[in-house]
Amino acid sequence: MAEKLHFSLVSPERELFSGSVDQVDAEGTEGGFGVLAGHAPFMTALKEGSVRVHNDGNVKVYEVRGGFADVTPDGLTILAEHAVEAA
Amino acid sequence: MATVKEMRTRISAVKSTQKITKAMQMVAAAKLRRAQNAAQNSRPYAERMAAVIANLASGVSGDGAPKLLVGTGSAQRHLVVIATSDRGLAGGFNSSIVRAARLRIDALLAEGKDVKVITVGRKARDQLRRLHAQRLIETFEVGGSPSLAVAEEVSTRIQAMFEAGETDVVTLFFSKFQSVVTQTPTGKQLIPAEVVAGAKPIDLKGASYEYEPDEETILAELLPRNITTQIFSAMLENQAGFFAAQMTAMDNATRNAGDMIASLTLQMNRARQAQITKELIEIISGAEAI
Repeated sequence: MAEKLHFSLVSPERELFSGSVDQVDAEGTEGGFGVLAGHAPFMTALKEGSVRVHNDGNVKVYEVRGGFADVTPDGLTILAEHAVEAA
Repeated sequence: MATVKEMRTRISAVKSTQKITKAMQMVAAAKLRRAQNAAQNSRPYAERMAAVIANLASGVSGDGAPKLLVGTGSAQRHLVVIATSDRGLAGGFNSSIVRAARLRIDALLAEGKDVKVITVGRKARDQLRRLHAQRLIETFEVGGSPSLAVAEEVSTRIQAMFEAGETDVVTLFFSKFQSVVTQTPTGKQLIPAEVVAGAKPIDLKGASYEYEPDEETILAELLPRNITTQIFSAMLENQAGFFAAQMTAMDNATRNAGDMIASLTLQMNRARQAQITKELIEIISGAEAI
């Protein structure tokens, strides 16, 4: 089993998601990217769009606006002005 | 001395006031819990934002740095944003925020600076209207509970003013929620951005950050957002503080009403007994006369 990535999605109102996942895909202003555990430190603004969270074969989708991704050795944090879980 | 009937009316008036204050206290207590949670939930976002900005700000310097971070180089025109609640009946909660802001405004005016005021919340406007009417340029209403939409409106307005060169320094006044019994009026500088000195740099374990597109672009995008975040969290802190202050104020009012009822009841009994005694004397002296 591959190492897990710590991911948290926070909006000004609350923390929408926090936990270990396999992979997160998001749309950066310069193009889409995927983050796995052990990704190099990386920072980018996000386009308006969806963030896909893969974990144990399940995919959770969040719609994000005004987002910003920050990858550190501790994991990935997405700060989003507006975020909702897509049905 | 007031008659027994008058006393009865007064006691029942105080009793119904007490019922109202008691109810308001309980409502405030219930709302306080929700407001406290909301304030708590907003903290992770604000903290991460501050950490990221502190991290970025240490990397950019010189001419390329955004104006929102370094300022215009002048400190002549000040904008004071005062956040209070829309409603009153919360003891000295709003007045203490306004007082802190007014001290600052007076100090700035004494230094010969230009000052303009934006208020968020009706109470600040009501209290400043007499003294600083000509400096008051706009009032935003908080509405039922703090919403990001209002914070965005305020933030957009401030930035428009900054970009149009109408202001150099922006300070926000609000009440920091420390506990149910203490709320401290606080002034916080929004523009130029205050970089939190205490924010610890993120440990990269030897690697270095990659920025997409680049540090300055990201910083330029984050700084306006940070202003919105700070206004929003100020509104949340205010909301929690407001309910705490209202709860305390209404608790005191309920207790005072109780004391008043006790002393009025005592007076009423005394008046009633005096009247009975008087009637007895009249009867007895009437009987003796026959």
